[in-house]
Amino acid sequence: MELEKQMRGPVTVIALNGELDSTTAPRVQQGLDELVPVHGMVLLDLSRTTYMSSAGLRVLLLVYRLCQQMGTRVMVSGISNEVKAVMAATGFLAFFTVAGSVDEGVEVLAA
Amino acid sequence: MSRTPERLDAFPTHHIAGFGVRAGRPLPFGASRVPGGVNFSVYSAGATGMTLVLYQRDAAEPLAELDFPPEFVIGAVYSMTVFGIDAEAVEYGYRADGPFEPEAGHRFDRRQVLLDPYATLLHGRDSWGGQRRPLRSGIALDDFDWEDDRQLQLPSQDLVIYEAHVRGFTRHPSARVAEPGTFAGLVEKIPYLKELGVNAVELMPVFEFDELDNDRLDPDRGEQLRNYWGYSTLGFFAPKAGLAATGRLGMQADEFKNMVKQLHRAGIEVILDVVFNHTAEGNELGPTLSFRGLDNSVYYMLTPDGYYYNFSGTGNTLNCNHPVVRGFVLDCLRHWASQFHVDGFRFDLAAILGRAPNGAPLANPPLLESLAADPILRDCKLIAEAWDAGGLYQVGSFPNYHRFSEWNGKFRDTVRRFVTGDEGVAGELATRLLGSPDLYAGRAPTASVNFVTAHDGFTLHDLVSYNEKHNEANGEGNRDGDNDNNSWNCGAEGDTEDEQVLALRGRQLRNLLLLLLTSHGIPMLVAGDEFGRTQRGNNNAYCQDNDLSWVDWRLTETNADLLRFTKAAIAFRKAHPALRRASHPRGHQGSGWFPEVSWHGERAWTPDWSPGHRLVAAMLYEHGPHGHDCVYVAANAHWDGRELELPGLPDGVGWHLFADTALPDGNDVHQPGDEPPLTGDRIWVEPRSTVVLVAKQTDGEE
Repeated sequence: MELEKQMRGPVTVIALNGELDSTTAPRVQQGLDELVPVHGMVLLDLSRTTYMSSAGLRVLLLVYRLCQQMGTRVMVSGISNEVKAVMAATGFLAFFTVAGSVDEGVEVLAA
Repeated sequence: MSRTPERLDAFPTHHIAGFGVRAGRPLPFGASRVPGGVNFSVYSAGATGMTLVLYQRDAAEPLAELDFPPEFVIGAVYSMTVFGIDAEAVEYGYRADGPFEPEAGHRFDRRQVLLDPYATLLHGRDSWGGQRRPLRSGIALDDFDWEDDRQLQLPSQDLVIYEAHVRGFTRHPSARVAEPGTFAGLVEKIPYLKELGVNAVELMPVFEFDELDNDRLDPDRGEQLRNYWGYSTLGFFAPKAGLAATGRLGMQADEFKNMVKQLHRAGIEVILDVVFNHTAEGNELGPTLSFRGLDNSVYYMLTPDGYYYNFSGTGNTLNCNHPVVRGFVLDCLRHWASQFHVDGFRFDLAAILGRAPNGAPLANPPLLESLAADPILRDCKLIAEAWDAGGLYQVGSFPNYHRFSEWNGKFRDTVRRFVTGDEGVAGELATRLLGSPDLYAGRAPTASVNFVTAHDGFTLHDLVSYNEKHNEANGEGNRDGDNDNNSWNCGAEGDTEDEQVLALRGRQLRNLLLLLLTSHGIPMLVAGDEFGRTQRGNNNAYCQDNDLSWVDWRLTETNADLLRFTKAAIAFRKAHPALRRASHPRGHQGSGWFPEVSWHGERAWTPDWSPGHRLVAAMLYEHGPHGHDCVYVAANAHWDGRELELPGLPDGVGWHLFADTALPDGNDVHQPGDEPPLTGDRIWVEPRSTVVLVAKQTDGEE
């Protein structure tokens, strides 16, 4: 699992590339901790996340909660249908603001 | 990252099998996350030694086997905290050392890796009917965000219970849900449940069981039948993975919690059908999975020579009133009430819960007393199936501690017999309609959970369509299932195109539904009965994981009128406090128009209880803050019609027609609040039909 950060105007876009499971979760969590700005805007791009386990979902929710606490506006984009179905079935989806694509997410956040 | 753990108790004191460990916390039992690792605690009175077996999730071979050193044992409890393991990534089990002496009650077998009775997840049956891996214990996380959810605490007298099988409810393609057969699928049907008007779902077993543990074959297709219902528990603390869309990810607990949360948001309580009378280990020929290998003589009722008492009809009987097992049952229910926000429990074959270790019924069963007084379970509904397969029948006499309601089997039998036209039942029907005060004197009508059908037995449609059970598909030569159904096919067995038979069946269905939904007590419907679900005469579909038992949602269109009728009857019940009494009727209270209940006949105020009469006419009345509420119910099970004189009402108030089951579809029922007025002071009740009236201001104003 690789984390890739790029700036799109005022928005920090962090792409999570690869498998997010219990093996990679601790590193991803630490990496996100470092990359997420305080009081900024963040878009988590999951379009190249090939697999997500329950541990992965929990990392996302943890980061989401952290952002809410820090006053960082956060969205996710590019969730595959499969992951979306899992998030919907477990009620996790309701906690996230979801954008269809990176462009859409950046537009909403920067507006 | 710092190399020093934040807390001293996160430092290992020992090293066993490559893991840093320390003496664990004996409570709580099971596996729980603690700083730096996982605490494991298991008890066994008879074991001479214990080994914790750890696996990497999905691996065939153990990651490590950790023997509990003597200093980690307190009393009969083995506990150890293991550091550096990820709760989500490991599975575990135990090997228990001890004697194999069946005649003394001991069946220890160190070769078996046993399931933890307290495991919060079970792995190995991750999707329904899917790959069969070794069963292992897993650890559920308890980080679900419930937001403001809590138990709904609906008043018992307001409940309308809907019994459903999680898989069968949405597995049929006609359910048209994204996640068929799962907790998530049930969530997709919440709008339907709201529209129907029920406010509690009673879910058939959701604790982990093995749907593949049925060896019988379908006699036609030769395929292995399933243990579809699941009254055979493997893991009492673990939601069944195969009933979750996310079971393959081990997220069944999250999915279950979300289901409860969403049902609560819709105002619907969740009651679980729980099976504490026996386990999946069967008799002495059954597999050693957990209890048998950990403490056989503690968990099971044993004969003096070490065999299993079988009061459950399934091979073994849980030794519920052993102090240790009592603690286990209490812990389990507390887990479901606190971790899953469940609103109540229905206890399968609950009479067993009142038996002593030797099987004798106890006058004051400590388990039932503990459940009734438990602080965590205070707001949970407790419902007993007050009989068992050993012949103990306690309807009306179940040790209830003013907490337990009962499945009222006598209501079922009486209503069935009355509607089929049996002689001499009218008097008893009157008692059943009032919440069975003969059985529940000194208790509330809500002690009586009224039902005409349940999962076990004919569906409502089949009750009016079959004289005999047709269970051939179960592979037992039609010997299984109840022979005593009080059913009547209305003139033709099974499918027919005879219009007269079909019309009579429709009328009988509506009679049954109306009597159920106007009776005092808590009514229970079975999923699909509201639109004529059929099991084609099978009255014991426990093994039928197919369209014989799955709810066929196309029937909501085929039988739209019946569905509309049921919805109206539920709404009518909701609109009328006289039908939802919290206490038994007491006669005339002085201030109102009428006594709280009165009986009538062809002449008002003059009932006829003679055996051949087959007519019950009741006026139910309540005077409260809402004003006067007055409902008249007349049920005629005779093959002749009757003209009834109606009780007179005060000036400006008249009788309005809510339902007449003899009228053709479309006119048989009116929307509560829109009942048209009757002219005259008499009403004609057709043969085998039921009429329900409501007293309202004649100008239409309440």
